Formats: sequence, structure tokens, C-alpha cells
Amino acid sequence: MSGLVSAAPAEAGSPTSTSHGRPRKRSRDARRRAGRVPSTVVTLGVVSFLTDVSSEAVMAVLPLYVTAALGMSVIAYGVVDGLVQGAGALVRVAGGWAADRTDRPKWVAAVGYGLSALTRVGLLFAAGLPAIASLVVTDRIGKGIRTAPRDALIAAAANPRNLGRSFGVHRALDTAGATLGPLLAFAILWAIPDGWTTIFVVSLGAAVLGVGALVLLVPDLRPRQAAWLRTHRTREDRGLPKCKGCTCDAAGGLELAGRPFSWSFLRGGATVRLLVVAGVLGLLTVGDGFIYLALQDRDGFATHWFPLLYVGTNATYMLLAAPIGRLADRVGRARVLVWGHALLAGAYVCAAVPFPGAATTIAALVLLGTFYAMTDGVLAALTSALVPTAVRATAIGTAQTVTAVVRMVASAGFGVLWYAFGSVEALWIVAAALVVAVPVCAYLVRGGRLERDADLVEEIAA
Amino acid sequence: MTDRPAGRSRAAFAVLVLVVLTGTTWYAAAELQRARAEQNAPTRVEVTEDVLDGPHVLFRGTAPGELYGRVAAVALDDLSGPREVTPVVCDRVSSQGATTVCLRTRRGVVTTYEADVLDAEWRTTATWSLPGIPSRTQLSPDGLVATTAFVTGHSYSQAGFSTETMVRDLDGAKVSGNLEDFTLVADGERVAPVDRNVWGVTFVDDRYFYATVRSRSLDRTWLVRGDLTERTLVTVLDDVECPSLSPDGSRLAFKRDVAADGAATQHWTPAVLDLATLEVTVLDAEQRTVDDQMTWLDDTTLLYGLPRADEPGTTDVWSLAVDGTSKPAVAIPQAWSPSVVG
Repeated sequence: MSGLVSAAPAEAGSPTSTSHGRPRKRSRDARRRAGRVPSTVVTLGVVSFLTDVSSEAVMAVLPLYVTAALGMSVIAYGVVDGLVQGAGALVRVAGGWAADRTDRPKWVAAVGYGLSALTRVGLLFAAGLPAIASLVVTDRIGKGIRTAPRDALIAAAANPRNLGRSFGVHRALDTAGATLGPLLAFAILWAIPDGWTTIFVVSLGAAVLGVGALVLLVPDLRPRQAAWLRTHRTREDRGLPKCKGCTCDAAGGLELAGRPFSWSFLRGGATVRLLVVAGVLGLLTVGDGFIYLALQDRDGFATHWFPLLYVGTNATYMLLAAPIGRLADRVGRARVLVWGHALLAGAYVCAAVPFPGAATTIAALVLLGTFYAMTDGVLAALTSALVPTAVRATAIGTAQTVTAVVRMVASAGFGVLWYAFGSVEALWIVAAALVVAVPVCAYLVRGGRLERDADLVEEIAA
Repeated sequence: MTDRPAGRSRAAFAVLVLVVLTGTTWYAAAELQRARAEQNAPTRVEVTEDVLDGPHVLFRGTAPGELYGRVAAVALDDLSGPREVTPVVCDRVSSQGATTVCLRTRRGVVTTYEADVLDAEWRTTATWSLPGIPSRTQLSPDGLVATTAFVTGHSYSQAGFSTETMVRDLDGAKVSGNLEDFTLVADGERVAPVDRNVWGVTFVDDRYFYATVRSRSLDRTWLVRGDLTERTLVTVLDDVECPSLSPDGSRLAFKRDVAADGAATQHWTPAVLDLATLEVTVLDAEQRTVDDQMTWLDDTTLLYGLPRADEPGTTDVWSLAVDGTSKPAVAIPQAWSPSVVG
């Protein structure tokens, strides 16, 4: 996995790059430097790939397992879901906060990944619904804990100039795992009709490899310390002997690194602007489930392929995540984030137009996948670039929580429209609202208004 | 190489990969071999012929072996006796003798679900796709087919579920569309909770039916009387799930959640509702939780499926007297989804 990338942006001079550079005006070395994604990011992508294979394989067959093997209805299974979604969102901020406070994002993430891996062991012994439900809850908590620290690690490892591309590469691998997991699980069931234990064993194996890759291969990056070292270049700055009138008793001054954690980033103008924009657009992002249901309501093509609709969305997301991340680095991440929602409106329209058939269904899936490629990783990249290193994980967690919570609200609200006006009318209404909201939000983030706050620039290496 | 920490870590990871791959491959291969052996093993049930010509109960056989999942029938007067096995495999069946509705899972890397209408020779006369795991089906004497499927989320972030319940005719043409779109009238007022789900249809005639409507946000579960002509669902009573109309049309058998408030899981107990007086008799002679749409064997006996605790995938059909005087007993061993063909 490290063959085609270098270990860090700093050592990018070596001529081993194979596929990432693309010719333009700049010199070969310069373009290699800009185009390359650090091996840490790729390793984190592999960790997510393995973990997503593990979790999605189980999640995809769990309803079937509960009904077919345990002889219960899925109604019982659905009960825990709402609760879990809320808990997962809150844990996300906590995970980010812990990563920032300790300046050890790798180990906070390892706790999250490890917790999820432990639930796979539990699944092998779980009998009955309460046990399974609590394992699902634990798994989601693990996911909540690890997400923000992992994104902070990506931000710390990546070159600030190609943050979007780095997040794109990570999300592509992540989505590949999420697509492969269910297919693998159903392939196992195909070969072994009662192969639930086999699925759980394979899932445990993938989870263990994921945790192993994180613990053994990902360096223990200290983002806050690194930022402090970048801004304190001289011995004097670092509090080593020859200091200028300060107290010199803290000779090992490297221990304390950079600005301490503070929630004050939430008062930063640009951060608030980002959260508002993400919140407003999130309010108009109804769950994929509704789009799939609308497509399925309309024609037999989508009904027959209903279990595969998510694969269409994921495949598009996977293919486009890295190129769109690169595009976002060039034309502006906020712009890509906002205009991605125009494609979401397009997906709604495709699901609402009265032309049933393969063409509109596939178009809706492609638009939806492109929307994810333009928003998910880009939001993390945008947030990381916007806030000081000391609060980066918390800020990423906060932005993702805001998005997740308003999307939950959106889905609930959309449900009201769905029953009040019908599925097609509801989709038209939300599409129309997006058509209004996207230009307004684009205006709010115009001209680099979501660039880094001026007083933070000092942290970037000269 | 290995004397550097990074080198050691890489070597450790390589060993881990080797161990995990070997372990899972070994386990999967052993399981595959076991499954092959089990699938090809003879099913140990007593098999006979000519059952289908007389009054019988049709069901999905769940005895392990080569006949697992195959639809079979036992004589109405000898439920635990020998069975006649048909060539079709179904998850749920409902039969009127000459016509049978079969919900099935088509397994593969892409697993799909469908409903088939079968004739007396088990040939498919109509088929349509279902959006998720088959749950319930009812075929009425008037040729109406009700199907309930669970539409489950596939993504980690979007698990959750909804049901899709539809009424079609025997050609597969839509009669109702999704019943969630019917006008819901609760306690005399038109309501539209966003998360309503409809399931468990039982037909009265070619226009009226009973079903369950649940709204999680309102925390209500209703018995509703549906009207296919007016496209309405009118609530009748609370806390009635999966109704099943008795042969004489006077009572509904259903399951009621008797778990304490705030309990993590439901505990369903069979019950009977007298439609004239709206009086409910809870049949607590059955202590276990029953998650099935019950079937009336006759006007005094209910049939329902229960999984075996120690044998995953195997179920039994139990019988219970509606007057609550006797303990439940196994009626058809190794069976699921019974359908009485008188």
C-alpha cells in the first residue's frame, strides 16, 4: 500500500511516484509534490476499508439474520435505531475532543476501532435480540469515537494544499469497503445458506486487520505538537537555553505543545459561517432511503434491483471522491461543497419525474453518488483547514454532528411532506428549496470567505 | 530491515494478515463443507402422496436436509402425520387450493425477493419483485393477494426499516398500491403520522380487510379496517397486531405486546377479539413470545410458528385452543407459515 506514495510531503523529492502526478505547467517535482497523497492517508483508508467491510457485511445481513435464523420480525430490530443514531452523533464530538486534549488522535481512534472489533467477538456468542441490539449500539459508539480523530490524523498527515484530495482518497477506500462488505456477506450466504457464523468470523477477521493496520502501520502523529514546532523554529522559541527573559526552568518545553484546547473556535466567524451553511443545506438533505423508496414506488426496475441501488450510489462516490477532492483543492472547497447540493436536487428530480425506467433510476444514483463525493470528504477538508490544529478533531466532529443531526431532522420533516403531499410532490418541494438555498449559500461562502481565519495563518509553515 | 521499529511493525502486520487469512479461510472452508453435506443429506421426515387432493394444511418445511424450505402439505385430520412435498421453495405461503401465493428469497451475490402466484401444478402464473425480506402474505378466496415486505436500509448510517404492504390481484396488477398511502382515520379524525407502517392484512371480502398500523412517533399500534374502494384505513382498537379473521368471520386472532413499558424487546401473546363486542381474550396459556400472523385451523383452534431455541432455522407450528383451556401443543413439527386448505 505504500508503493506508490511517499511517507510524508516533506520527502516528496524522490522519483518513485507512479500514477498520481498529472502534467500541467509546473515542474515535474512540484507537481509530484502537490499530487501525492501521503502513505499515512492511504493506510488510514485501508483501515477504514477493512473496518467497513467488517461492519457493513454484518449490517446488511442482520435483518435477515434476525428474521430467518432467530425467527423474529424486523420490527423488533428497528426499535433501537433512532436512539443509536442520536448517541452516535454526540459521541463524535466527544471523540474529537479527547483527541485534541490528549494530542493523541491515533490512540483515541484505536479505542473506537477496537470497540467495534470487540462487538464482532460478541456477535459470535450473542443469542437473542437484546444482545444483538446492544452490540449494534456499541459498534455505533465505536464508530462515533473514531471518526473525528481519524479525520484529524488525515489532516495532520496531508499536505495542506491537497487536503481535499487526501480526504477523497480516504473516502474512496472507505466507500469501497462499504460496497464490498454486503456483497461479500450475501456471497457467503449464497454458498452457505446458514453461514451466519462464517459472516461473523470473516467480519471479525477484517476488523482485527483494520485495528492491526492502524496500531502497527499508522505513525503516532501529534498534530498540536507538530504545529507548535512549526511556529517555534528557533531554540529560543522552543524554550531551550538562551531564552529571552522567560523562565527557563521548563527545559523540556517540547512537552507542552501549542495553544491549549478551547471551545472558542466556535466563535470564529468563518467556522460559524461554515456550520450555518452545512446546517441549512443539511436540512434539505433527506435520507437516501427516501430516494430509493420513491424510485421503487415508481417502477419495477428499481424494485427488482432495490437491494443493489446503494451499490450504484457507492460506486459513483468511490470513483469520484479523489478526483473531486483534487478539484476542490483547486477551485475552492466551500464552492464544491455548496454546489454538490445542486446535484442532490438533480437526484430528487430524477426520482420525481414521471418517466419510470432504468435511465432515470441510474441517473438518480449517479447524481447521488457525485453529491456524496462533493460533500462528505470535502466538509472534513474544509473544516480542518479552517480551525487551529489544537481544536481540529473537535471541529471536524462538530461539523459532522451538525450535518448528521440536521439530516435526521430533515428526514423526519420530509416524512411529514411525504405523507401530506405524496412522495413525488415532496421531492419536488425539496428540490425547489435546494434550488433557492444553493445560490444563497454559494453567496455566503463567496470569494474565499471560508478560508482560514487571518490570525491562524501563522501556524502554516513558511 | 527488521531491526528498525517500522520494519518490525510491518513484519508484525504481515504475520497478522497471514494468521487472519489462514484462520478465516480455514473456518469458511470447513463451514462450506458442512453446509454442502447438510444440504445433500436426506431430510428425515415421513413422506407420502395424495395429501394435496384432500383437505390439507400447506406450509414451508423447515426440517434440515435436502428438503429444507420446500413447501409441503399434511392431511387436515393428521397434522403430525406424513407430508407430501412440492417442488417449490418459499419463505411464506398462502393457499386456496388451486392457487398458491409464494414469497421467496432469490439468493446470490445480489439477493432479491419476489412474490409468485402458482397454479395447482406449481407453475408460476404471475410474479413481481418485492423490495425487501418477505414477511406476511394472505390470499383471499376472491383472488386478492396481500404481501408485506420489510424494506431495510442497506447503509450503516441509514439502518432502520419500513414495511411495504400491498394488495394485488392474481395477475400481479396493483389493486391498492402501498397501503401506507391510504387515508388513515384515527378515532374519527384524519391523521398522517410520518412514520406509519402497515402490515398483516386479513381479508373480509373483496373490498374490506383488517390490518395493523403502527406509528412509532405517536407510540400507537392500531387495528384498522381497510376499504379498497374508498382507499381508507379506519382505526378500530389499540394494541392489535397481525390480525387474522376466523373462518366464521366473527373474531380476529392477533398478537398483543404485553412487555412492560420501556422494555428493550416486545413480548407478544396470542389474543382473540370478538368483533361484535370488541371484547379481547388474552390467551396467556402461551407463555412464549409469538411473532407470527396466526392462522385458524377451525373456529376453535389457532396455528402459529415458533422457532426452536436450540436449532437455528428450524421451526414448529403450534396449536392453541381459543377458549384458553389447554396448553399449546406442537401441531406440525418442522414447519412454518401454515395455510389451511379445507
